[in-house]
Amino acid sequence: MKIETSSLTVKEKIWSILSEVTDPEVPVLTITDLGIVRDIKINDVGVEIIITPTYTGCPAMDMIAMNIRLALIENGFQNIKVTSVLSPVWTTDWMSEAGKQKLKEYGIAPPNPKQQVCNNDLFAPDEAVQCPHCNSYHTHRISEFGSTACKSLFQCNDCKEPFDYFKCH
Amino acid sequence: MIDYTLHLADTTLILSQRNSEWCGHGPILEQDIAITNISLDLLGQARNFYQYAATLIGGNATEDSLAYLRKEREFKNLLIAEQPNGDWGQTILRQYLYSQFQFLLYQKLQSSNDEQLAAIAAKAIKETMYHVRWSSEWVIRLGDGTEDSHNRMLKAIDQLWSFTGEMFVAASYETLVDVSLLKKEWLEKVSIIFREATLSIPEKVFMQSGGKDGKHTEQLGFILTELQYMQRAYPGAQW
Repeated sequence: MKIETSSLTVKEKIWSILSEVTDPEVPVLTITDLGIVRDIKINDVGVEIIITPTYTGCPAMDMIAMNIRLALIENGFQNIKVTSVLSPVWTTDWMSEAGKQKLKEYGIAPPNPKQQVCNNDLFAPDEAVQCPHCNSYHTHRISEFGSTACKSLFQCNDCKEPFDYFKCH
Repeated sequence: MIDYTLHLADTTLILSQRNSEWCGHGPILEQDIAITNISLDLLGQARNFYQYAATLIGGNATEDSLAYLRKEREFKNLLIAEQPNGDWGQTILRQYLYSQFQFLLYQKLQSSNDEQLAAIAAKAIKETMYHVRWSSEWVIRLGDGTEDSHNRMLKAIDQLWSFTGEMFVAASYETLVDVSLLKKEWLEKVSIIFREATLSIPEKVFMQSGGKDGKHTEQLGFILTELQYMQRAYPGAQW
């Protein structure tokens, strides 16, 4: 395996390559922003990238695995293995602060830091979700489920814009 | 452990398939999206269980061969999962009765001593929590809604209640979690929701069983016919 190594170690180089791979469903986020890259293992035969799904049914996982492979091949790596592990469970806490900021600029409200889904009370008051457009907290939930498994649908009571919220998980 | 994993996989796959029939037919757009999202979550869980079962079985078994190439009598899903959608109320009630059970089951499963099943349960329970909340709110909304919606919920209870007993009777392979111990808490939780919904728990209903051992209602054959058609007609087809 030939890898051009400058001052970076191989592992650091792989991290920087992976930080260019985006989530096909939320293209503003990279997979390192999302925090779904768990580990990088390098051995004599090649490299193994350990990733974890956000939701069990996330249809983007296969494509993400393929994009990881392509990005590494482009950079001269061979024998790439992408392994998906479930444990420890991914939560929205794994998302980087930079990722949350990017989401907001993209028009999706980032997940609240505290996991309020654990409150299983019925008709519980909506989480205070900040409108990504006008920053108002005066918003309400339209639906628990949104355009992808990881999002729910909100509307701002002030600027009236509907928006996606990357829900706590 | 193979049979148990397949049982978990089959129940989530069949319920997912049923719910997905609503795609494009939901009463309003947001709820159409909600039920299909739940369907997707269940399918994701099913895939995880099938993938695990395939590694336990070994040989040529894959998640696809297990989902697409087994016969009706080999499926071990709960009977409630295969019951028809009926109207929106019946679909909601089916989802609620099952999700409430699934939540309690995954709570136990995530601390069981099978590492992989525990990991899947720990992952999936967060999704299930959303399902329970969404479906119970709908049970209340419809039960305590109009005269029409209330009557439809009564009918849904008639249709589905006899399929709930099976959840708590362990099959011979079902040793990892003692499901009989979940019944009390399930009934308490359901009672709270039903009370809110002005519905009552039926008394002394004959309980159907057999799903866990491959003895199904007439519904499953139709579901599999549709689900497996492509692989049966064009074996090995990929896209």
